[in-house]
Amino acid sequence: MKRIQTLKTRDLKESVKNGGCGECQTSCQSACKTSCGVANQQCEKCMHESK
Amino acid sequence: MVHLYKLNGYNLALDVFSGSVHALDEVAYDAVSMYETHTSAEIKKALLQKYHDRDDVTEAELDELLVEIEGLVADGKLFTEDIYENRAFDFKNRHTELKALCLHVAHTCNLNCSYCFAAQGKYHGERALMSFETGKRALDFLVENSGSRKNLEVDFFGGEPLMNFDVVKRLVAYARSIEQEKNKHFRFTLTTNGVLLDDEVTEFANRECHNVVLSLDGRKEVHDRLRKTVNGAGSYDVIVPKFQEFVKKRGDRGYYVRGTFTKHNLDFTNDILHMADLGFTELSMEPVVCAPDEEYALSESDLPVLFEQYERLAEEMIERKKEGRPFTFYHYMLDLDGGPCIYKRISGCGSGTEYLAVTPWGELYPCHQFVGDPKYSMGNIYDGVTNLALQQEFKLCNAYARPACRDCWAKLYCSGGCAANAYHATGSIKGVYEYGCALFKKRIECAVMLKVADALAQEGNADAAF
Repeated sequence: MKRIQTLKTRDLKESVKNGGCGECQTSCQSACKTSCGVANQQCEKCMHESK
Repeated sequence: MVHLYKLNGYNLALDVFSGSVHALDEVAYDAVSMYETHTSAEIKKALLQKYHDRDDVTEAELDELLVEIEGLVADGKLFTEDIYENRAFDFKNRHTELKALCLHVAHTCNLNCSYCFAAQGKYHGERALMSFETGKRALDFLVENSGSRKNLEVDFFGGEPLMNFDVVKRLVAYARSIEQEKNKHFRFTLTTNGVLLDDEVTEFANRECHNVVLSLDGRKEVHDRLRKTVNGAGSYDVIVPKFQEFVKKRGDRGYYVRGTFTKHNLDFTNDILHMADLGFTELSMEPVVCAPDEEYALSESDLPVLFEQYERLAEEMIERKKEGRPFTFYHYMLDLDGGPCIYKRISGCGSGTEYLAVTPWGELYPCHQFVGDPKYSMGNIYDGVTNLALQQEFKLCNAYARPACRDCWAKLYCSGGCAANAYHATGSIKGVYEYGCALFKKRIECAVMLKVADALAQEGNADAAF
């Protein structure tokens, strides 16, 4: 029986090759202004590719 | 490194260096917990003993499970090695063009909020409004230092930026006039307390602003306790109808209703739910950051209550989604599939390098939270960044810069945390604001759980034993 369900996620190791364009939003700018969380930022490249 | 935890009935495994997320049944959870420290034989023996009364836990089943785990390890989705550490400083040295400015167009405010880190908008200095000429030069400075980056962000901040609305409008018009020629695209954010929000501002913001941040702390008694007018009256009744009207006209454009919680509302989930009940769907709520001796400061003993609140919030979000009235909580937003690349995850918010704050006089600071602290003055928009040593310090401040983060599973979600919080808590931007870390980790655990709950619900597995 299947005991492990793996969610579809971006492979961070792969992003060493295809990431780093820097076009994404500055983390603090959008809402928090008092903490640093990058995980909830979207990748600009991924957004364009999915359109 | 794998972070294993149980939350809201789910058994979860987060593979730190690949970013993979797994939902496990309890047998798999135990097996993965033991995987690195026990042999296959030991794992099987222990699990057969523990689950001796279960028909589905047999030697053959456990062999199958171990093969599944080995497959995930081989695929780089479990127990993935850290291949980034030795490259961390290279990452940071690659992209340092400026891409965002926090433009302090008004160092003054029409509210007198007790907890304001900007000290009623003045940032411990003089009251001032930014002139159009200064703002224009700041925009030119941004363009000149942005290299090949196309998307540039400008946040109109304060104090209360609408106290200088005329300059805001003129600066946006100026920026739009140079976009084509400079091959840039400006994204504007307006952060406002709402007191001066009217039809003209609404029309302007809906036309020009990529994002609008509306400050509201939640329930009337909570909001009015700390967010007072200069005459000492509460501001809730003034701003809430304006925010509701604004959001109604906002359509699908971005906004956040953002609050701050303090010792006085440890049950902050009720404030978030109140915001949702007012009709707002894009919500953010931040723990107050202040000196520990303030009467509203959060303390160590509050942590268990706050953890409970974050869990309750996540559970309530699942329920409301089922009921067809979902809302978004900023810190629970995770795009697992299209989220940030490893460069972003290591380098963080970009304060002091990609992101700078500009005072009404054109001085540069690493971010809005350092404004007014002479030790952190970086230069000005006319001469550029002149404190190169400070810039370098920020450049090297990343997920791998703090020894305390070395074994932390959350470092690729927070990039080592907020430099300003670290500085205010420890005296160094490379320090660790442990209180903030504890809350951050709880939020990420909840956010990942929500993603799992969502994924399993979509697959019709919501009630499975994962």
